[in-house]
Formats: sequence, C-alpha cells, structure tokens
Amino acid sequence: MKLPFRLRSFRHGVHPDDHKEQTEHLPVEHMPFSGRCVLPLGQGGKPSQPRVRVGQQVRRGETLADADGFVSTALHSPLDGRVVDLGRHRHPNGNVVPCVEIEADPFSPQLVAPHPPVDPDGLDVDAFVAHVQRGGIVGLGGAAFPAHVKYKTPAEKPVRHFVLNGCECEPYLTCDHRTMVERPAEVLRGARIVASKLGAGDIHIGVEHNKEDAIAALRAEVRPGEAIHVTPLQVKYPQGAEKMLLEALFGIEVPAGKLPLDVGAVVNNVGTMVALADWFDRGIPLIERVVTVSGPGVRRPANVLVPIGTPIRDLLAHCGGTVPETREFVMGGPMMGSALASIDVPVLKGTSAVLAFTASETARADEFSCLKCGRCLDACANFLNPQVLARQARAGDVKALEANFVMDCMECGACSFACPSNIPIVQLIRVAKSSIRDKKRKEGKKG
Amino acid sequence: MIGRTHRFQLQAAPFLHTSLTTPKLMVEVTLTLVPVIAAAAYYFGVVALLLIAASTLGAVAAEYLLPTRAPRGSTLRDGSGVLTGVLVGLTLPPPLPLWMAALGGFVAIALGKQLFGGLGQNLFNPALVGRAFLQAAFPTALTTWVEPRGFFDVPNSTWAWPFLHGALDGTSAPTPLSRVKFDHALTPFQDLFLGHVPGSLGETSALVLVLCGLWLGLRRAFDWRIPCAVLLGVAALSSLLHLLDPTRNPTPWFMLASGGLLFGTVFMATDPVSSPTTPRGAWIFGLGVGVLVVVIRDYGGLPEGVMYAILLMNAATPLIERVAQPRPFGRARRA
Repeated sequence: MKLPFRLRSFRHGVHPDDHKEQTEHLPVEHMPFSGRCVLPLGQGGKPSQPRVRVGQQVRRGETLADADGFVSTALHSPLDGRVVDLGRHRHPNGNVVPCVEIEADPFSPQLVAPHPPVDPDGLDVDAFVAHVQRGGIVGLGGAAFPAHVKYKTPAEKPVRHFVLNGCECEPYLTCDHRTMVERPAEVLRGARIVASKLGAGDIHIGVEHNKEDAIAALRAEVRPGEAIHVTPLQVKYPQGAEKMLLEALFGIEVPAGKLPLDVGAVVNNVGTMVALADWFDRGIPLIERVVTVSGPGVRRPANVLVPIGTPIRDLLAHCGGTVPETREFVMGGPMMGSALASIDVPVLKGTSAVLAFTASETARADEFSCLKCGRCLDACANFLNPQVLARQARAGDVKALEANFVMDCMECGACSFACPSNIPIVQLIRVAKSSIRDKKRKEGKKG
Repeated sequence: MIGRTHRFQLQAAPFLHTSLTTPKLMVEVTLTLVPVIAAAAYYFGVVALLLIAASTLGAVAAEYLLPTRAPRGSTLRDGSGVLTGVLVGLTLPPPLPLWMAALGGFVAIALGKQLFGGLGQNLFNPALVGRAFLQAAFPTALTTWVEPRGFFDVPNSTWAWPFLHGALDGTSAPTPLSRVKFDHALTPFQDLFLGHVPGSLGETSALVLVLCGLWLGLRRAFDWRIPCAVLLGVAALSSLLHLLDPTRNPTPWFMLASGGLLFGTVFMATDPVSSPTTPRGAWIFGLGVGVLVVVIRDYGGLPEGVMYAILLMNAATPLIERVAQPRPFGRARRA
C-alpha cells in the first residue's frame, strides 16, 4: 500500500473529520414499506408527465410518469398500491410541487413487477440513451442529474475515459461505500455497459483510501487485462466534485465553464452504475436507493435501502428515532446538504443521507473579523479568493464579484469550514450568486 | 413522536466547522511569545517584564476605551489586543520609562487598529505603528541601550514620571548594528545567536526566535512563505553587497542574526491582516521587506531598518494583492 501522502489528489481542499465510523461497517438493510409514498414529478431535470390517474392501481416498478423532453426522466412506482393524489406536496427544499402520491396495498407481497430485461449490446447509442431515460435513472451522487444526458455525446467530442466517482468525500456518508463493498459486480457491470456505448478507452474508478475494503472488492471484480483502473485517492474534501476528481486522477484541469466531456471524460457515481445494471439486466427501474441515516441525533445509525418517496419521518423511525436534543435535520452530506424544515417530506432519488444534529453541533460560534489569514484560499479547489468574495458580497459589489469569477464557485463550503473567524463565506457567496442570476434573468427579459 | 416537540433549526451548509478559531490563533501566537519574554527577562532582568506589562496595559486600555461598531469591550475576546501590546513591549529598549511603553501600546491600538475600524481593517501592523510613534516622539529614549545587568537591577529611568525622561544611570551601550554602522566593529556571531548583546527586549536571541518561528510555521499559524521570503531577500542582497564591498557591508550571517530582523520576520511581517493573503503576494511582500531591510541598514541614516521596511511593505500590500491573485481553476492567469 502506498502511503497516504503519496496518493493522488487535487490541489487545495480541506480535511473535515469523516464521522463514517458509525455506519461504514453496517450492511445495507431493508426497511418496512411505508403506508404512503410521495413522489415529486421533478426529480432530476424537467418534471415528468404523469400517465396515471387518481384511483388507478399500480404495480411496484410500473411507470407513473414519462419523461417530458430530453433533460427529464421517467418516474416509477416504488409500491404495489393505488394512486391517491396527483396534487401538490411539500418538497424537501421547502417548495410545494406537483407529486404523485401512492397508497400501499396492505395485502400485497410487494414484489417488483419487472420490465423486460434489455441486452445493451443489441442497442445503438440512441436506443441505449432512450432506454436509460425510461429507467428513470439519475445521478445518485446527490445532484440527481439525468444519467442519459451525459451519454448523448456529440461526435466531435470523443470520450477517452469513463470515470466512476467512488470518493464519497462528504463526512458521515457511507451509502456509496457500502454499495461498492456489497455490489461491486453490478458497479462494474454498469460501468462496462456505459463505457462500451460511449466508446471510452478505459474505466477509472476513484476511491478515497479510507475505503480499502471497497477498493479491494472492486479490484477483485476486474478481469485480467481489462482496462479498468481502481485508483485510491487521498482523503480530502471536495474530491467528489467532478472536476476535482478528474484533476486527482489525470492531473487535468477542466476549463472554467466547460464540462468533463470537453476533456474527453464522462463521470458517474458508483451507485448510478448499480441502478443501471439492475435496469438493463433485471428490468428494475430506479425505485429505491441506499440512504445513510446518521449523525449524533439518530439513535440507530444505518445504511438503508429506501423506496423513493418514503417519508423521512418513517425512515428515521426505522432507525430508532432521534434523541430529544436533536435540533436540525439535514438531507445530503453535512458540507453541501440542506436543512429540512419538516421531516414529513419524501426521500428523493438524489437523497444520499439524512442526518440529525444536536445542539452541540448546530450551535453557531461567534463570528470574528476577517484576519485575511488565507485559510479559505488554501481550501478553495477552484482557486478563488473567498475572503475577497465574501467582503464584496457583503458590500453588494456585483461588478467586482464577477471580475473575481464568483460564478466559478461550486459552493462546496470548504471556505466556510476552514474559516477560523467563522465567517459564513460560502453562504454569502451563494446569496450573491443567486442575486446575480436573478439580475441576469431580468435583464434578459427586458432585452 | 419525532420532530413534533421542538422547532428545527434551519441553517445553510456547511454544517461542520474547523475547530480552529481566531481567539485560539491569537492565544497560540501569544503563548509562543513566552520563550521570547523569558529570554528578555533572562538578559535584561525584571525591567523587561515591567515594560511588557505596561505596553500590554496601554493596548488593552485603548481596545476597551475606543469605540468601534462592536459593543464596548467585546473585541477584547478575540485576543488580538493583548498580542499587540506584548509585541510592542518586546520592541522596546530596556531603560525606556514605563509610561512611554504604556503610551506606545495605547497608540498601537488607537492609531494602528481602531482608527481603521478594528481588527482586520488596519493597513499597518499595529504594534509597529505604536513603535514608530514612540521612535518619532522620543528618538533619544528609543535608541538608548544598556548592557544587560542584574535581574532586579531596574534603571532609574524606568520609573520616570509621565512626560519626563528620567536620568539614565550607568552607561549606554551601542547595539551590534550601531557598532557596525558607526564604528565598523563586528559583534561575534555566538553572542548574536544566543542573545547576549544590547538591543530591544525581544530581538536579541536569534536561537529563541528561530525556534519560535519554526514552531509557528509547523503549526501553520502563519504563512510560511513570508518569513522564508524575508530571510531569502536579506540573505541574497546582503551576500551580493558583501561580495562587492566587504569593508562597508557586513556578512549575510551578521545581517540575519542581528537587530530586529528575526523578531520582525517571525512576529511582525507575518501579521496576516497587514500582509498579502495570496501565496504569490506573500513572496513579493517578503522579498520586498528583505531588500528594504538591507538597503536601509547599509545605505540609510539609521542603523536598523526592519520596522520601516515592514511598514513600507504594509502600505504596498493592497497594490501587491492587485497583481498577485491566484489563477482560478480552469482559467488563464489574470491580466
């Protein structure tokens, strides 16, 4: 084994305590089906078009809604049951959005009614892309971007590397870790399918070296002579950001405003590959995902295979409930996730974790003056100057913000994490960015 | 029942935070000064402790009395006022009257920091502003040095009434830098290294200062590039000048170990507020300080130039930062 400091990584970044010890050794468990599931129509891309009506019986795995346009994916029922509502429900982000609500059939064995399996070798690229879209498959890393969109590559941009993201650099999260340990064959099966359709020369899997068992499991599935490279990386946040992962693996910088495809790479999360393999080989669309339930507020932390649409209240109850001191619930990782105003919201396709924090983690420390100590610069993987951006954001100086490339910020939060004066740097930048976007939109309308 | 019994907090990510805080940073630097203070007490006696206490009191008084936007006294918690006061004290000569030391500490905070809007806003290193004020106001007192004496042997001048100098008892002694400048006499390197020479309280022992600098650098308490660049600048230019004219220009070893260079390098130039934040800026700033120190020492009217070198580069810091921004990821270097 190489020593950690000899391992590859990107430049800059931060080292938060990873807090993964609570769940990293726990096998993925199933949970009882909830009585009701709520599925927002918009889960990655444009909201899908429902094809069911209220009162209709649906099978587990049956298509509820079809993709509406190219950047949109189908939606499937996670339960045997009945459509009880096509109204608006609370989304975890706080908005009230169009949803399909399914009431479970209490007498059903809840077996999946699979779609016919499809042999990907028999499909041309367009048919492959369309089939991925029908499977409702989105990136499971958190952003929930429709997976098939990345596979529709223009001829003038050939794909050299297909890259799998197994970094899981967010603290607490272990869903990808357990997926790699428990289902390495499906991870590689999905990767081989995608790589062959993309015409990629090789497959690279970047895994942070705090997951040695995942690295070993994946390597054991690689056939001799196959161009699949499992690369251990340093443990550093935000390595799971696409551009940082490409820098870590290949030492290349994706130009600002460009995509990985522009440097000949397509990046997917490892969990997405399992969903893809299940869809092609077993006909099971994306109706469930692994969610890490953890944090000091959770009585029984666990990695749970959760039907999409399950209320978070039920998921927490399955994990023993929360301690009375719990003050804050977070969906996603602690660095980029968002706080929940209610736990009566559903698990989404992009929900990697539900975390519960108590007062000792959420207490807001005093803010001190900026010393210009430069720790935020050393944290910023985008090589911006966060302390300057924060100051300009407070002053509302849009011109200066844009001149300092505020829009390049990926909002990873490493600057706020690193700031000894506890200045909410990324929060200020986020607000500034959205006000700049609003302004642009208004100007666009006028013009 | 989950979630019904209390209201949720709703904060924006990230929810995790480094354990390092600004007060901890200030305390760490202040604690690193303890060996320097101990060395000062060892060489100059109890008078060193009295002077440091006086300047610290002055600084804390200014921090408490002078208004900023923050509630009165609340800024004392960040620990920067005490640090500035101690730093002012360590730049002073041993026979200085205590009231001058207290005034220096007061002015450091008043003119050096609060006038600009408090911590983080100041253009100049506050401790050096305090010392520069004293140097301008009391040039004789600030350049009167004595040989190290017994521990409890306090000079009469120490207890001088405010606005009086007091008579210096005993003979004044020139610092190694004055001896070079005015007498062309070199002090043995061993004395410089250990610190048994006349000079300001904190600056005499090169050994202690180098160890403190290494400690702070390894602890990442400051940007290591700045001290490296300062010393590199001094070593490079003084070597060149020494080769050109060895009789007039002392060796680089002497230049590095003498006067306030090491103290200023470790504790003054590295002040993050008044130095550039970016890595390239740190190199430019440090090299600039180093070059200015040599130029002032070898060609200026004063024997020592560390204070003015750092203050001048402090003034240049906003300009340096304009040209020394990092190259954003995936972009060409800024014009």
